[in-house]
Amino acid sequence: MTTQLARPVTTRASDPTVRVENVSKRFNIHKDKSLKERLVNLRRSRTHAEQFWALRDISFELESGHTLGLIGRNGSGKSTLLKVIGGILTPNQGYVERRGRLAALLELGAGFHGDLTGRENVYLNASILGLSRRQTDQYFDRIVDFSGIEEFIDTQVKFYSSGMYVRLAFAVAIHVDPEILLVDEVLAVGDEPFQRKCMERIKQFQRDGRTIVFVTHGLDQIRELCDRVILLEHGKMVLDGTPVDALRAFRDRYSSEPVAEEQHGTRVVEVISTRVTDGAGRPKDRFDPGEALAIEIEVTAHRPTDDWVAGVAILNHLDLLVYGTNTKILGVDLGRLDGRRLVRFAIPELPLVEGQYFLTVAVHPGSGPEYHRLDRTVGFKVYSASGEAGVVHLDPTVELDEAR
Amino acid sequence: MSTVTSGPPGHASFNAEVEPLQRVNAPRSFWGGFGATVREVVQYRELLGQLVRKELKVKYKDSVLGFLWTLIRPLLQLLVYSLAIGVFLGSSKTIHSFGIYLFTGLLAWTLFTDIIGGCTGSIVGNAGLVKKVYFPRELFPLSVVGAAIVNFGLQFIVLLGAFAVTGQWPALSQLALVPLALLVLVVFGTALGLVLAAANVYLRDVQYLVEVGLLLWFWLTPIVYDWTKVKQNLAIERGWAAAYQTYLANPMTNVVLAFQRALWEAGKGTPFYYGGNLAGRLAVLLVVCLVLLWLAQRVFARAQGNFAQEL
Repeated sequence: MTTQLARPVTTRASDPTVRVENVSKRFNIHKDKSLKERLVNLRRSRTHAEQFWALRDISFELESGHTLGLIGRNGSGKSTLLKVIGGILTPNQGYVERRGRLAALLELGAGFHGDLTGRENVYLNASILGLSRRQTDQYFDRIVDFSGIEEFIDTQVKFYSSGMYVRLAFAVAIHVDPEILLVDEVLAVGDEPFQRKCMERIKQFQRDGRTIVFVTHGLDQIRELCDRVILLEHGKMVLDGTPVDALRAFRDRYSSEPVAEEQHGTRVVEVISTRVTDGAGRPKDRFDPGEALAIEIEVTAHRPTDDWVAGVAILNHLDLLVYGTNTKILGVDLGRLDGRRLVRFAIPELPLVEGQYFLTVAVHPGSGPEYHRLDRTVGFKVYSASGEAGVVHLDPTVELDEAR
Repeated sequence: MSTVTSGPPGHASFNAEVEPLQRVNAPRSFWGGFGATVREVVQYRELLGQLVRKELKVKYKDSVLGFLWTLIRPLLQLLVYSLAIGVFLGSSKTIHSFGIYLFTGLLAWTLFTDIIGGCTGSIVGNAGLVKKVYFPRELFPLSVVGAAIVNFGLQFIVLLGAFAVTGQWPALSQLALVPLALLVLVVFGTALGLVLAAANVYLRDVQYLVEVGLLLWFWLTPIVYDWTKVKQNLAIERGWAAAYQTYLANPMTNVVLAFQRALWEAGKGTPFYYGGNLAGRLAVLLVVCLVLLWLAQRVFARAQGNFAQEL
């Protein structure tokens, strides 16, 4: 792989590449699109013309070579802000300044026409994104190569599978060679190898010193790619800081909201309550990596039974199973259950990275249908002082030695 | 994985100096904004070319006869009007070479309807792009105009064929009227198309109004009948001179009359051959239409800031 810098960007690092100054954007919500609707609603429309501020007084400067992530819940104004920066929407107040060529990956294949062939669409889409015909000629083979759909390049794109469609679109978009790249939720396309390729490409952009602004719901991507994050809520800027701070603030605001609880089971044995404690019995919901933690499950039997197993699973914010076990796996015979009992799973050291975690607990017989199961019933958070990535907190030490 | 190993040629200057910060969608004055937009459209000419190509390719894709429909449609119209008006109403007895007379008018009219009809739906039809990517929104209506002109060129070949068959080649003396009339038509159509394209975003009824409006307009233009009937019935018999002058002020009337004078050789010397100062009239119209185009672009520019949220 010959990785050569496409074009060293020589702007001084302190110069802003994007400046957003007091930007506010107001939307009118009215759905009257025909004359009839307008006439019918004429009297009401004045009073009913609902307005809301999609963005309110947003100001920031983004220096060259940085990667900014915009996060927030649906409707918080992230995509609107991206469109204002991209020039697709004009703000009602304030303005945006920027320098250099911009490419927006707002929606892959927005410029594709189903009746045209892949080749024709590559040329059309490339020119929409700002490449000249000569440049497209130059990049064409690389674009097709990246997309991996050589055989179908002269087929009309309406016959493409959605994966092929998006891959070709992405391949065009990343060859546009911009100084500023706007990315809106497009990294989650294609199969896994293709996603890795896309991610690699974005990182290449970063190494080239280009400025990236991107919107995503994938908090992992934020942690992996951004060096600065802005958290939006109802169109206002709530926080502008490091990914660690922003993700923490985001989780504090939203993830600890009541979890949708799902219960299943025959209810011969029932879980009454689940608690997370510090191991000494005191309830606790924030931990450092390496701290002790205990999961306490209180159960009751509606008729006495010898055949029961208690299980617990730890899931992260993506619903990824981080750890799961039960008393049977652990080789513990719980004996006869008659009335209430408290089962405690004690974990001496919690080897998890920063994040929000949820517990799923269950009681069931050795085999057969479950007695009772509660999905994502309680949550706890882990705050880490180090900005580590991944799932497991390993706390390695580093030594430097002579090479052998 | 492939990597970009060389920068695009257009960006060599980026290394040399730091580009200044530029305001995005900088407000433009009402008077000065036209020039800035024209410069921007020129910058994007390559994309305009691609969009025109797309319009042409997509139009008759997947139809068996494909591009031939561009020629078949006006020929069928010609057949219908020749039969109904030429034979049944008897116009072909008084108007010589009625087929060529009809076709010259239909040629101009088809170009006009292609521009107006296409422009009206151009922004709404490209909603996906308007909402996602920035480039001058004028490119959408302009690409329709470009495609319509290409179609016009093809249909003109049919007319040339008719000249060859009948041997009635037009005289060179009046031929200069064709480009002038064409210019008036395109400028006028573009101006109207820009306004209608923007209006249709806010009020979808516009596209239906345009359909009806074009039908009315067709019959207010001397394409399938001749202008002497209008003069006879309005100005002479009823004495409505003002109404007759209004009728003549219609830009399309002037364009069609110019086409007929330049290309309908058999009409020379007959009463149906409009004798007024067409060149002068067209020149005045061109100036008026250019002002209209400027005004239309300003209206379009005002409206386009909200396209993305209205669609």
